[in-house]
Amino acid sequence: MSFITKPKVQWSGQRRNPLGLTIRDYEGGMSTLCAGCGHDSVTAALVQAFWELAIKPEQVIKMSGIGCSSKTPAYFLNGAHGFNSVHGRMPSVATGALAAHRDLIAVGISGDGDSLSIGMGQFAHAVRRNINLLYIIENNGVYGLTKGQFSASADPGSKSKAGIENQQQAIDPVAAAISLGGSFAARSFSGDKEQLVPLIKAGLAHPGCAVLDVISPCVTFNDHEGSTKSYAWTRENHESVTTADLVEPADAIETSYREGSEVPVRLHDDSVIRFRKLEADYDPGDRAHALEYLERHRAEGKVVTGLLYLDSDQPEFHQLSGTALEPLRDFDYERLNPGAEALEELQNRMR
Amino acid sequence: MKPTETGDSEYFHRVVDCQWACPAHTDIPEYIRLIAQGRFTDAYMVNRESNIFPGILGRVCDRPCEPACRRGRVDEKPVAICRLKRVAADHKDDIRARLPTVPEQKNGKRIALIGAGCASLAVCNDLMPLGYECTIFERLDVPGGLMRYNIPAFRLPAEVLDEEIGYIVDMGVDLRLNSPVDSMKSLLDEGYDAVFVGSGAPKGKELSLPGREEGDANIHIGIEWLESVAFGHTKKIGEKVLIIGVGNTAMDCCRTSLRVGAKDVKVMARKSREFFKASDWELEDAEEEQVEIIINHSPKEFVVENGKLKGMIFEVMEYDTEDGRITDSRVIEETFIEADDVILAIGQETAFPWIERDIGIEFNEWDEPVVDRDTYQSTLPGVFFGGDAAFGPENIIWAVEHGHQAAISIHNFVHDKPVSERLPRMVKLSTRKMGIHEWSYSNDFEPAARRQMEHVPLTERFREIDTEVELGFTAEQTACEVERCLNCDIQTVFFDKLCIECDACIDICPTQCLTITPGAENESAVREKLTAPAENEDQPLYISEQLEQTGRLMIKDENVCLHCGLCAERCPTAAWDMQKSFVDIPYARDHDVMPCRQRQTG
Repeated sequence: MSFITKPKVQWSGQRRNPLGLTIRDYEGGMSTLCAGCGHDSVTAALVQAFWELAIKPEQVIKMSGIGCSSKTPAYFLNGAHGFNSVHGRMPSVATGALAAHRDLIAVGISGDGDSLSIGMGQFAHAVRRNINLLYIIENNGVYGLTKGQFSASADPGSKSKAGIENQQQAIDPVAAAISLGGSFAARSFSGDKEQLVPLIKAGLAHPGCAVLDVISPCVTFNDHEGSTKSYAWTRENHESVTTADLVEPADAIETSYREGSEVPVRLHDDSVIRFRKLEADYDPGDRAHALEYLERHRAEGKVVTGLLYLDSDQPEFHQLSGTALEPLRDFDYERLNPGAEALEELQNRMR
Repeated sequence: MKPTETGDSEYFHRVVDCQWACPAHTDIPEYIRLIAQGRFTDAYMVNRESNIFPGILGRVCDRPCEPACRRGRVDEKPVAICRLKRVAADHKDDIRARLPTVPEQKNGKRIALIGAGCASLAVCNDLMPLGYECTIFERLDVPGGLMRYNIPAFRLPAEVLDEEIGYIVDMGVDLRLNSPVDSMKSLLDEGYDAVFVGSGAPKGKELSLPGREEGDANIHIGIEWLESVAFGHTKKIGEKVLIIGVGNTAMDCCRTSLRVGAKDVKVMARKSREFFKASDWELEDAEEEQVEIIINHSPKEFVVENGKLKGMIFEVMEYDTEDGRITDSRVIEETFIEADDVILAIGQETAFPWIERDIGIEFNEWDEPVVDRDTYQSTLPGVFFGGDAAFGPENIIWAVEHGHQAAISIHNFVHDKPVSERLPRMVKLSTRKMGIHEWSYSNDFEPAARRQMEHVPLTERFREIDTEVELGFTAEQTACEVERCLNCDIQTVFFDKLCIECDACIDICPTQCLTITPGAENESAVREKLTAPAENEDQPLYISEQLEQTGRLMIKDENVCLHCGLCAERCPTAAWDMQKSFVDIPYARDHDVMPCRQRQTG
């Protein structure tokens, strides 16, 4: 929590994106999270990604539930739409928002408590329905707002700040997303923006539910020795297996790819996720392999990061449901609500 | 890459751009902070420590600090440092009790100083409290030198001069007015322990063109004419006046002309505006008074008819420029401009007809004395030069710094120590953290633009020749302007051992100053790789030791740091701290032969 206002100044040499905006134009309110919180770094990575992609803030809707993580939408993209829902219910709100506004760029910010405990069911169905949403889980293994109890993602054997050992099994949101039939599952670390920012960009471009689990240390309750979600532990044990980089449609045609090491994945809008394997034996298109790889490394105590599973051909929710291509928002009233006669006619057809 | 050597006193001194740019290293952020607290007397004394004449310099300083000011890089204009100095001088209480005391028991060393201008006065200011007997020989009947007769009273009132010169002379300086020195040789024969030449650059440059001699009655040398006006010998000038030259003296000449009867004043410049020597604010002040500045006119001939000056013929020039340099020039046409009087303000130079050339003081090919840049000693041991007399025309604040340095040399010299011996400048750091979220300095950014100085209305300012044009800042203006200062002396100090690389400081920094990077082979390569490219190469990078967790480096680009303290505020481990740097500038008293003797004030 800081009481100094972050001054807005301009200086020569300040960079602008193609919309003429500076990175500061993508900021939100001043963070009230603890100094050093990983969530603030995720915020900064989001600001950077939106700025680099030159997305107009008013094209975006940002949604969240409850928890430290769920305060994040207040801290970026002042000019975007937003909805702060009840605990664990962000995916429902996102589903509704996208049903009516299918052209919005949606970001859902959740945490390990919000998505893996109270909202686990919501999380699961958002993934399997493949809602066109960047679903970020700011994962710190701890309930920060209630002062440091283990969350559902805390590793068994890791220690709380008070020295108590966790006995329960951990939920891995990436493995869960893959096994639930998710189309995009990635993991990153708040302290590694070089990896995180491209993953956010790729997730935003992905047509479907992009689950991005970000290890985001709780500097107050889970940054001690014995924690497996601290800055030091994550730095020591995270292993990057792939890098992903989003190449926008305009540049995608000319971009060349290094044979073998790089795999271009072309998206429906002609942008390309440039995908690079850091581990030769890793295959991100193979669900069984990805799950096996994750499991093997979990057993070794390693945190695997990168874009771990991708299936860009999987249809997203609107395609699955065969809904109108035009956002419902733009329908005039008569078209949206054709009246009692039309309803009756429809019902008659079904009899 | 090598970590920045912050133990080196220069580094944190350099970050305080204004103080680094000031020849006398005035502790500007500190005195601005004191003004903000309403402690005008304390602010004045902080100023006086280094620049000796806060009231004078608060009006007429050349302000090397302001172009350097960091505020100017994140805002349209720098902090009005100079005018804030005047605020301290205008509102202070009686400071006499806080001046250094002068011992009754003298140290037996007699120093002769030539010229009662700023340089000599600065030497006396430093040496009198150490028990020296200083004698100043002044050719005129008042002290002050060029501050008195070259700067018009409407910019610098006589009372301000009298007061601040009085503080020094009243230390017991033997001030001998109307006493020009005609022979250096006979002065040396009088047995002084050291001699300081602070006689300025009193000779205005001549413009030898056809008609110069015939029109002499109406062609004046700028500084001589200003002196003549200052002492009331000249009270009138013709209606149409041309000023040749476009330096600060030219600005004083044109504005003075308007006060002694001129109606139509033109300043004639040979080149275009970017080559002008006058400070921007002096040009603005002159133009406000309807002085016309005509560019690209090179003087060719004075036109005199029947013994009376009629005007001048100019060549209209055209220049080719490349990267701000003139590569070629040509004359397009000639033009005649009417004038009743012409004032030449094309520069001034030193003149030492009274120094014999066979007494050991060497002169170079331009007939300037050979003076050491660090010790200010001439080739004759015991004879020192300072101010404009040393290296040609500069400005008051440089002359004061020359005086401080020459005083150290003189102090060493008379005590048989090497004149070049100098104590190093030191920087002391102390934290400004008061508690959680509390810092003992005003770190909220004030977005206001630079306050505009109020002037006496044009309808009134020409009635009297000595009506001071600038009215000084009001209380409201002062309160706002002090907050525009970014507190660059409150340094961001980094402790690499404490950093957990959480990026909090990088994410919060409002000007993208910070980066954690694996580094690069050299500094210019790393400048490209920072969060925001560090394009201003005049500004240093602050490079840490390798960080504990990843071995990467924390790099700070000092260029547009607002010193807001957000990095320290958001750091969970206090790896960043905001620490006040105090630059300890050694003066003659610190080089005391008896180091145990403490400085005393009254």
